Amino acid sequence: MNGVSDPVGRRVSLVDAREKVEGRAQYIADLYRPRMLHGAILASPYPHARIRSYDVAQALAMPGVHAVVTGDDFAPANRMGAFIKDEHALAKDKVRYVGEPVAAVAAETEAIARAAAQAISVDYEELPALLSPEEALASNVLVHEHVEEYFKIFDAGSSGNLCSRTEFSEGDIDKGFQEADLVFEHRFETQAQAHVALEPCGALAEVDAQGRLTLWSANQGVFRVQACVSEALGLPMTRIRCLTPKIGGAFGNKMEPHVQPIAAALALKAKRAVKIILTREEDFEMVRARHPFKIRIKTGVRRDGTFVAREVEVLLDCGAYADDSPGVLGFGLLCARGPYRIPNVRCHGKLVYTNKLRFGAYRGFGNPQVSFAGESQIDEIAEQLGMDPIALRLKNIIRDDDRWLGGQVLLSNGLKECVERARDASAWAAGAPEPSGPGKKRALGFALCGQQSGLLGTGAIIRVLEDGSVLLNVGANDIGQGSDTVLSQMCAASLKVPVEQVAFVSPDTDGSPFNWGTTASRLTFMTGRSVVGAAAEVEKKLKQHAAEMLECAADDLELVDGGAVAVKGVPEKKIGFFEIAKRSHWMVGGPIIGSHTWVYDRPTLDPKRAAAIGLPFPRIGAYSFSAMVVDVEVDEVTGSASVKRAWSACDVGRAINPMLVEGQIEGGFAQGLGYALFEEMVWDGARLANPTLMDYKIPTTREVPYELYPIIVESHDKDGPFGAKGVGEVCLSPVAAAIGNAIKRATRVRHFKLPFTAERILRGMLASEK
Amino acid sequence: MSDALHVQLEVNGSAVTLDVALTETLLTSLRDRLQLTGAKRGCNQGVCGACTVTIDGVPVRACLSLTAACEGQAVQTIEGAGGDPAIAALQQAFIEEGGLQCGFCTPGQLIAARALLEQNARPTIEQVQEGMSGNLCRCTGYHKIIDAIRKAAQRLHP
Repeated sequence: MNGVSDPVGRRVSLVDAREKVEGRAQYIADLYRPRMLHGAILASPYPHARIRSYDVAQALAMPGVHAVVTGDDFAPANRMGAFIKDEHALAKDKVRYVGEPVAAVAAETEAIARAAAQAISVDYEELPALLSPEEALASNVLVHEHVEEYFKIFDAGSSGNLCSRTEFSEGDIDKGFQEADLVFEHRFETQAQAHVALEPCGALAEVDAQGRLTLWSANQGVFRVQACVSEALGLPMTRIRCLTPKIGGAFGNKMEPHVQPIAAALALKAKRAVKIILTREEDFEMVRARHPFKIRIKTGVRRDGTFVAREVEVLLDCGAYADDSPGVLGFGLLCARGPYRIPNVRCHGKLVYTNKLRFGAYRGFGNPQVSFAGESQIDEIAEQLGMDPIALRLKNIIRDDDRWLGGQVLLSNGLKECVERARDASAWAAGAPEPSGPGKKRALGFALCGQQSGLLGTGAIIRVLEDGSVLLNVGANDIGQGSDTVLSQMCAASLKVPVEQVAFVSPDTDGSPFNWGTTASRLTFMTGRSVVGAAAEVEKKLKQHAAEMLECAADDLELVDGGAVAVKGVPEKKIGFFEIAKRSHWMVGGPIIGSHTWVYDRPTLDPKRAAAIGLPFPRIGAYSFSAMVVDVEVDEVTGSASVKRAWSACDVGRAINPMLVEGQIEGGFAQGLGYALFEEMVWDGARLANPTLMDYKIPTTREVPYELYPIIVESHDKDGPFGAKGVGEVCLSPVAAAIGNAIKRATRVRHFKLPFTAERILRGMLASEK
Repeated sequence: MSDALHVQLEVNGSAVTLDVALTETLLTSLRDRLQLTGAKRGCNQGVCGACTVTIDGVPVRACLSLTAACEGQAVQTIEGAGGDPAIAALQQAFIEEGGLQCGFCTPGQLIAARALLEQNARPTIEQVQEGMSGNLCRCTGYHKIIDAIRKAAQRLHP
């Protein structure tokens, strides 16, 4: 075989690239079903109001309208939520943010549906709106009246407007600060960032002849959709079949439900297929966004630069519903120490309900916010100590057998190599080149981080079909990052067949093994291990057949390139998968199926080392690492900062597909650049002021430097499939801090608030001149 | 539909007759009437570029173009562009270079890139950045899109 023997480590193109470049790939908006209706949603105009009554008569009377649903169609107990079950599919009794879905219509055309939705009249009684966490904590007005009674999957400590609280501690924080020669304390603030997957959210629901729901949607996990729709509609999961079309980007926005339960309710009521596709504005206003954090960070150091204590306190705006927020709080705090040896640590924080759009999962999951604070502060410390910021970090980073905060064991750690390679590739010691012209200042900036890639359950089923070809079924959505390709490569490498010979099954809750979701950088690591496990079972069965056919011991056999089993050392004495498959299907043993499931089971917390309160993830780990250098130029007249070059070194364990790893590193950098420099959702009172791409800018080819150098570091994780770990988030989390550190070095002004807009940078420079 | 306009146009080489309201956009006609879903609706506001098609060879935002204004004109979408050597070269280069991830913006990127190469057969990196700045991609960070376009340019004009 030519070059197929090791598909792992190769720059294989996306297995679905051809259909995508030819415009044949079908996304949710491209799907049609017979007699399909179109759905539209009426959004709340108020941030907080009691719903007294609905009048849907006029909407129902409009020609072409087939069904209307409101909060009345959902039973009080049918609340959904990943951590805290606090949310109905449509607002029930109360609305809690501007833009919240209140009612929905199914009609012959989208235009009729939209007109009918606007014809629904709702009698509201306005309530005081709580628009910040501080205001909500101080108020007697409650966003949720019965939060204590909601079902929760962990000890959230909810009360009043406090949604959850979490705390991690190690060592003795008071003693730690006493031992410090210098103590630094700063406050940082981060903004809300919109995901802006180019594909807006949507769903298509249909009821089959048995009354079962079939549901296609833009989503990050068909099983997550199934669970949420089951909760929201009070239906057993067995009555709901979830499928996925191609996904046009997600970044966390499509992890939890959006319009799926609404489309399902309309389809059940109309007894027709119903498709709902959100407009860009609705996608901004109705779904979810990255949490704004307020962060107080205090670090104690010795004069020689040794870190001895760190306390981090965070306050998160949850928005109106918990969604994935308790997880973001918990994970953000778990990352707040950073990948540093600090013996005395306390990280604690609160998540507070407000009358704003829910905040939720977003690439990085709390780490970009705390990394911005922690990595900015370390540069301040280095400056005070007169040390090089990279040297200070190298003195303190976790190495060898060091653990994560809480005691999580690390089976691989390529952080030091990331730091050194980013430093050396960027010629850090030489500093930034001369500015490109007069009136400009230029400097390099540095930051690093660690980010998990292992948690929750997953599985894989590999079948050898009658013709000997291989079918891989994992129930895991490819959201664009290329997991179909990477997992196919692992399957192909395990069975020594060409990648093209592995067919990838589109996730289907009826036929695929469980997968929690395409999130938390977990597919390569978690699902990859399932694939390797399933392939091992297939290999064992293939060898059993071949041993009987060749009349030898199975131990004397090995897989050889191209889909065959051969006697070790005698490659010509072999049996092809085709012959084995025929035998298994027609004569002996039965069709060959290999399966493997597992759940990440290494504990987050080692009680001998650390204590935790309100821990939302008892099992999370397998940390990837990154370090990056950016070369930033600031225009002294306008204040605008631009990234001229960037080096991003990521420890991914092993790059199964270097081209796709680079794609993650480059794409993650670009999204971090937008977060650092200009992306910000702005509320005018209770209403989002910039819910369009005209008003909310994301990076274009003009802002992202072409000189963006991904550096792949391979630390070969013992837990990972082929040694691999995740890469999807670790490439984004330190970007804002790196850019902020460069701006500080260029302008001598530290910015404690994201994003670093031209106006803020200019004001900072003007103020510093006074 | 008493206010419907009778419009005759060519779509991907075939004559098409549509009865449309004056306000119907070309994107709606293509996607909802002709089931040509290669052009995507990303913002419906002319910002993202995912709906880029050509009218008489000129790239346009289908979401900002009115079908009624296309009388007698030739519209081409990604579905009808595969036979064009420039599009074929771009498609191949995007696949090889990893110039796409989720693929939602890709049809628009390809149509826009062909227009760029028609004006400038061998663009520099800066010229590609300039020419492609109207097509948003949230996945790739653009580096590999730029490489793919320049690779296609090199193959088309060695």
